[in-house]
Amino acid sequence: MHASITLRRFARNKLAMAGAATVMVLAFVAVFAPLLAPFEPTAIDVDNILSPPGGTHLLGTDDLGRDVLSRMIYGSRVSLSVGFVAVGISVFIGIIIGSLAGFFGGKVDAVLMRLVDVMLTFPSFFLILAVIAIVGPSIFIIMVIIGFTSWMDVSRLVRAEFLSLKERDFVLAARASGASNGRIIFRHILPNALSPVFVAATFGVAGAILLESGLSFLGLGVQPPASSWGNILTTGRNYIEIAWWLSLYPGLSILITVLSYNLVGEGLRDALDPRIWDVEN
Amino acid sequence: MFCASAAIRRKYHCMLIYPMSIYILRRIILMVPLLFGITLISFGVIHLAPGDAAQVQTEMSLKASAESVENLRRLYGLDRPVHEQYVSWLGRFVRFDFGTSFVDERKVTDKILERIPITLGINILSIIVIFSIAIPIGVLSAVRQYSWFDKISTVVVFIGFSTPGFWLALLLMILFGVYLGVLPISGIQSVDTSGMNAFEKILDIAKHLILPVGVSAFGGVAGMSRYSRSSMLEVIRQDYIRTARAKGLTEAQVIIRHAFKNALMPIVTIIGLMVPALIGGSVIFETIFAIPGMGKLFIDSVWARDYPTIMGILVIGSTLTLLGNLLADISYAFADPRIRVKGAD
Repeated sequence: MHASITLRRFARNKLAMAGAATVMVLAFVAVFAPLLAPFEPTAIDVDNILSPPGGTHLLGTDDLGRDVLSRMIYGSRVSLSVGFVAVGISVFIGIIIGSLAGFFGGKVDAVLMRLVDVMLTFPSFFLILAVIAIVGPSIFIIMVIIGFTSWMDVSRLVRAEFLSLKERDFVLAARASGASNGRIIFRHILPNALSPVFVAATFGVAGAILLESGLSFLGLGVQPPASSWGNILTTGRNYIEIAWWLSLYPGLSILITVLSYNLVGEGLRDALDPRIWDVEN
Repeated sequence: MFCASAAIRRKYHCMLIYPMSIYILRRIILMVPLLFGITLISFGVIHLAPGDAAQVQTEMSLKASAESVENLRRLYGLDRPVHEQYVSWLGRFVRFDFGTSFVDERKVTDKILERIPITLGINILSIIVIFSIAIPIGVLSAVRQYSWFDKISTVVVFIGFSTPGFWLALLLMILFGVYLGVLPISGIQSVDTSGMNAFEKILDIAKHLILPVGVSAFGGVAGMSRYSRSSMLEVIRQDYIRTARAKGLTEAQVIIRHAFKNALMPIVTIIGLMVPALIGGSVIFETIFAIPGMGKLFIDSVWARDYPTIMGILVIGSTLTLLGNLLADISYAFADPRIRVKGAD
């Protein structure tokens, strides 16, 4: 479908547009974190330990007297970078596996799809934790391991697209004119197979952000003193009886971020779906 | 009609339906390559450790005695070529022998087995909760598509999808545990249960389980209600529903007797797909609520770098998932013979 039509259909979806706007605001916050944060994220204010929201510290302080709002602003960098890098990795793997399986079919397809089945059967959270246990927690490991355990959807989508596209006339024409398999895959079929990948990638960012926050919450993600939404929540768990603000705000920002990406994904899916017919187009 | 080959079947549109026993056998055989893949990946994970896994263990954990390091060496046969190591590890795996824990020298299998009932119990309870809440919501949304109920439930489901479960757990703990003080926020029973009779003990456990089960069911309700909505929508569009209406049945009869029964089947099979998420989720919920289940054991083992226990849980967790899938497939096939058609898989 033509890009401008897709854009127009997307723009008519109010929820999706709200999601897209929030996504942009979040990206802005992450990029300009040092300018926006009222305090240094690691600055300790000994006079204001666990002080409730209001006053100089808008969203309160944590157990070391660090400003929660500033830590959250810096935390958005972690969430977004994990989301994008992890999804980049998973899309890359998914496209390679999906195109090989769909294009070559037969034994290649059978083996690769069994691999997909195996990965889907693993409780991937266990697998992620096991790898972290062995390699040690770091933001880099988190990105890589989330990428390596979440490519299956993309590969299935790409495979399905390849199965239907490889029989089309334009592929036959390319083959007849002597194009190599690699050229047919990457120059002719792949560009036409990408729209479901965009949708899956958008949902993937949401999923990766959720996963990272869970890992950091368990203490196995981003390590203090660096801040992430998940590890502020860990402090929240420790001071659950006296400091509700440590639990409320970081979680709320995870919810809003993830919700926005999901809304954009849903909007994209509808906008790219040719079966949803509307007269104005 | 006898349909010996695929070509004949295609030509005459005839179907060959497997007897149940053959179908189950085929399913089990199809599991073998999956199980093989799972063991291969689990085995690969331990080899991510730089150098000799047993050596890393001694450096990382003071708790590992020389003897348990030797056990690990023996268990993985680290002095032999990789493929031999794998084969011998597989041989132990088949007998559920995962060696002894680094932490307390106990057999890993025993440690895991005593934790499984708690995790399984909570997960089964959440599945029950998920089904009893999500299916009515989904069915109602489908029957009244585009109504206010449908629109509101769609929004709620979307928010549900995006809510981190552990955050919800924290909020509920603050509300019910700290401010209202009506529900306990950790463990599965009170510290002192000596003065309670049997009924009070059950009530005590139930009170402890409300939050963990509720929270772990939450995400599932969102997904499942969406799924049952689309499954129901699919069925409602079928010709036999129009027929049922045309012959003058009441709307309730059409929806419950004709549509719902058919929509339920694909819903049931999704249990198999839910298992990995539920089992994975138990790590987080058991940590938050301090529940001594398999998830808590896993996270404790991760912190202690207790490799034998980690490997054991990894393999047992994925085997449970496989069994969940198998169970779902079989129940589907019982309910819907079309699934057993040759070539359907």
